[in-house]
Amino acid sequence: MLYLLYFGGSFGFSANLRTICSMSGAGKNVKFFDFNWKSQIWNLIFLIGGLAGGFISSHYMYDGKTANISQNTIHDLQKLGFSAPDEIQPKELFSREAVFSLKGFFLLAVGGLMVGFGARYAGGCTSGHAISGISDLQIPSIIAVVGFFIGGLIMTHILFPVIF
Amino acid sequence: MSKDILNKRVEDASNKTLYNKITFGDLIKFGIVGVVFGIVFVKAEIISWFRIQEMFRFQSFHMYGIIGSAVIVGMISVWLINTFNIKTIDGEKIKINKKPFTLGTIIGGFLFGIGWAITGACPGPIFAQIGTGATVIILTVISAIAGTWLYGLVRHKIPH
Repeated sequence: MLYLLYFGGSFGFSANLRTICSMSGAGKNVKFFDFNWKSQIWNLIFLIGGLAGGFISSHYMYDGKTANISQNTIHDLQKLGFSAPDEIQPKELFSREAVFSLKGFFLLAVGGLMVGFGARYAGGCTSGHAISGISDLQIPSIIAVVGFFIGGLIMTHILFPVIF
Repeated sequence: MSKDILNKRVEDASNKTLYNKITFGDLIKFGIVGVVFGIVFVKAEIISWFRIQEMFRFQSFHMYGIIGSAVIVGMISVWLINTFNIKTIDGEKIKINKKPFTLGTIIGGFLFGIGWAITGACPGPIFAQIGTGATVIILTVISAIAGTWLYGLVRHKIPH
């Protein structure tokens, strides 16, 4: 983070989603996207670097270990029908078959929509609010993070048992 | 008040003319930082859907430890920047954007949390997830872009 600030950026990933909208020409009819997206190229390059980093670490630095997830979590998720975490993502949600099923498609699509909409409505995501904002002791960021958790907790504890 | 905030957000993004002309050096610079982040995201397992579930179930310290240490490093960085008046590499003053508080902070935060729990994705690690070969996550990214676009479309009609 210090590096990014030092290089003149500001740490916040979700702003990239807005930049992509702007690039695709959304600025013509929606003022929110009518900004100089070229000024955000650094953030996009950072994003592409992140993608490459993900590729490098999983293809060339992979040690065959899977995440050491808490037994309680594995147990709770099994009750909902999720298999043990032998991959990074559960195949019940992220396999091709799951995505091409109506429910699977719907879950990821709605989830993504909420991430994109919520991040902009709240003015930031995990990196912008939880990490940068709280580091700077900004009250709105603390409130936003409480909001993230209320949403996440309701989803996990109340809606998950209904959905799965 | 709310109108000012909306306009300010547009300005915040437009004022960053610093990297208007991106040089080859900038490309390398941000590219490398991005690659490092991508590797860290994978190695620290924060791209794992299971880790996010663990966090929302309060069954592991893992995510709290990572976010907590990032915040501590962030606080030290902010303190260093303010105390020693550190400038960016181009000699510009570093200022951290003040986030305004609006009703959207609560509602948007809540919606983001719901989406976060389903998809296990924040807007940063999501790209590292695709990098690891989880190509179906492109669907999450497309919907997140659609969500952002939707916000831009209706932002004057929703409370801030």
